[in-house]
Amino acid sequence: MDLSCSPAEQAFQGQVRAFLRDNLPEDLAGKVRGNRPLSREDMDRWHRILSRQGWLGVTWPKAFGGPGWGAVERHIFEEECALACAPRIVPFGPNMLGPVLIKFGSPAQQEAYLPRILSCEDWWCQGYSEPGAGSDLASLKTKAVREGDHYVINGQKTWTTLGQYANRIFCLVRTSWEGKPQQGISFILVDLDTPGIEMRPIRLIEGGHEVNEVFFTDVRVPAENLVGEENMGWTIAKYLLLHERTNIAGIGFSMQAFEALKKLAQEVTRDGKPLSEAEWFATRLAQIETDLAALRITNLRMLSKADKTGAPGPESSMLKIKGTLIRQALTDLSRRALGPGAAALPGTLPDNLGLVPPEHEHDAAVYFNMRKISVYGGSNEIQRNILAKTLLEL
Amino acid sequence: MQFEMSDDRQMLQDMLRRYLSENYDILHRNAVAYAAPFHDPDRWRALAELGVLQALAPEAAGGFGGEGFDIAAVFEALGGALCPEPVLPVAMAAPLLMAAGSDLETLLDGTRRYGVAIGEAEAPYSLSGRRASHEKGRLTGRKSVVYGGGIAESLLVAARHEGGGIGLYEVDAADAQILPYGMIDGGGAAEVVLEQTPATCLIEDAEAALQEALDFGALALCAEAVGAMDAVQAMLLEYLKTRRQFGVPIGKFQVLQHRAVDLAVEIEQARSITILAASRMKEPDRSRHVAMAKALIGQVAVLVAEEAIQMHGGIAMTWEAPVSHYAKRLVMLDAQLGDRDHHLRRLAAGYANQG
Ligand SMILES: Cc1cc2nc3c(=O)[nH]c(=O)nc-3n(C[C@H](O)[C@H](O)[C@H](O)COP(=O)(O)OP(=O)(O)OC[C@H]3O[C@@H](n4cnc5c(N)ncnc54)[C@H](O)[C@@H]3O)c2cc1C
Repeated sequence: MDLSCSPAEQAFQGQVRAFLRDNLPEDLAGKVRGNRPLSREDMDRWHRILSRQGWLGVTWPKAFGGPGWGAVERHIFEEECALACAPRIVPFGPNMLGPVLIKFGSPAQQEAYLPRILSCEDWWCQGYSEPGAGSDLASLKTKAVREGDHYVINGQKTWTTLGQYANRIFCLVRTSWEGKPQQGISFILVDLDTPGIEMRPIRLIEGGHEVNEVFFTDVRVPAENLVGEENMGWTIAKYLLLHERTNIAGIGFSMQAFEALKKLAQEVTRDGKPLSEAEWFATRLAQIETDLAALRITNLRMLSKADKTGAPGPESSMLKIKGTLIRQALTDLSRRALGPGAAALPGTLPDNLGLVPPEHEHDAAVYFNMRKISVYGGSNEIQRNILAKTLLEL
Repeated sequence: MQFEMSDDRQMLQDMLRRYLSENYDILHRNAVAYAAPFHDPDRWRALAELGVLQALAPEAAGGFGGEGFDIAAVFEALGGALCPEPVLPVAMAAPLLMAAGSDLETLLDGTRRYGVAIGEAEAPYSLSGRRASHEKGRLTGRKSVVYGGGIAESLLVAARHEGGGIGLYEVDAADAQILPYGMIDGGGAAEVVLEQTPATCLIEDAEAALQEALDFGALALCAEAVGAMDAVQAMLLEYLKTRRQFGVPIGKFQVLQHRAVDLAVEIEQARSITILAASRMKEPDRSRHVAMAKALIGQVAVLVAEEAIQMHGGIAMTWEAPVSHYAKRLVMLDAQLGDRDHHLRRLAAGYANQG
């Protein structure tokens, strides 16, 4: 056993750090550090910078314009980006649809869409969930009926993250009512400009607009937009979810948040001394650091296994559960470190109020927003069901 | 022993509940709670006319209540409706003005609104460590997160006096620099900046009176939380019974059943400790019991908020779902007048001196 990085890995880490130092705009990093909302332009700017470097499709093989990294390199890249407060890559095109098209897409689809993801011409969103189909995704009802060389789509998707910025959506739709619900689902690509599509915003708990409802009324989509065979959508969806899950663990984000929290504890004075010197608070910090150190190794152990077997196994559910709990614990502790001032509502604060350090004005909002990470991408309850069945064979 | 509320209190609580359900529904509440001035002057007057404020002070001071159970009855109803009106400062100002021998008439009829300015940024919870100071009739310093401070006409300010002790001073809000803002869980607060601000001394050595006010405030918050938790529990149970996934109501999943039961147990514990604290408000061990109550409420309220969101799934993450607003209040309430860590440490600090 040797937990140190190999010389090649170290060199790679140095390369990523140098890139971030030279290319990550300070205003973007500042927004991320202060948990301030990023605009579409902010996200797009960062995507384009990564794209120029060839580092946008991080999971893609070289043949398709990706960097051809293995799991460990990807991990190093993600961790370094998070620690440097780079904006996260909006995953729907590069991390979700990209790998799906590479594995299941036709050569024509690969040619049509993959370059447009890397060039940032297309912004994709994910149309899986419906009002009646959340955890029970297979019960989805939005239907696509074949009419000549088109599918006609009717129904509703919801929770569509950043759909307001997207020009395309990949959807799971019902193409058959025979057999088990999973067997009648297809995966289809839809241009959001097609007539019959309406998108409405959903306001989240802390007030932000990050998700949407999408309504489909007689939307005609060319049949060639179907990915894979008709009724094999569930296989594709499962493949994609596996990718989604590991990202949700967000270990790099937690490491960055932990550093920020340590610094905050040194800055906040409580009853005559820094919070970091208050034993009751420092003990909580130590607890989180310990959990996080363990999770980082758990993650690396699973990564190196996945590198050998070629795919992440059901263990990725573990990473999701523990990773989300740790991220949430960090936001909980930041909010508490700030005391009553944490509740001050961003957007209503007079300038230079100095109530809480400027980088922490959004901590309570982030705490509430981060409740989502144990709900989406397969809720933590669903992850536990998966683990009980597949890993523990109960 | 007798755990039923007295008839008078029950009537008051029922009346207040009815008024709020008819006049302060969640849509109106959200419209008021997150936009300046973060309160509704008409509804405020109506609450005063209903006698809600008078219930917070004893007869001797012109009210008709003022006991722990009166505070609890009122705030439980306010919490159930998530009412953002600044009633809390009244519950705290009443004991302060009484200790000072001042007149409570305009406080209790709602015509003069008070802000109680005790906390400071670097000492949000404990009475020691005050930096704001008093010299020759003037106050200097900054008071932080003063609830209702943005709309107050009068401020009751804790500040260190020349002799080193902590005094209670009244400041005309027009003489101070007030920086108002909203709260993420609804309602408004303000920073109060004092610079050689003229002030009237109400009590020279006010530690005991301030502690009493803090205890009454904390009790009020505990009762508010109990009311809000009951409301959340009702929403959650309704949702568990009606939301269907995998062909069954999600309430059929045993893991959710157990967690809902755990919440029910914790909420009963929270109710009990609040009742206990309410019963001790006139006793010498008042502060210890309030500390226990606020510490337990802090734990349970956050748990109820987080678990209710999780068990609702995505829908609870939306602004449109009332449960999200209740959850915000339940979590942030912990940071008001001492969080669970603060109150547990207060309790723990006492053990070394006990026989
Ligand atoms: C902020 C946000 C962004 C999102 N972005 C997207 C997106 O871009 N695209 C998209 O398609 N979807 C998205 N989602 C949807 C997300 O995937 C769903 O919210 C999630 O699948 C849960 O579904 P639900 O909200 O309907 O909850 P439900 O499925 O109704 O679950 C309610 C509760 O029941 C529990 N439960 C359900 N079944 C079981 C069971 N068998 N055993 C035990 N417990 C169970 C759940 O864990 C949860 O606690 C997003 C959601 C949120 C909140």
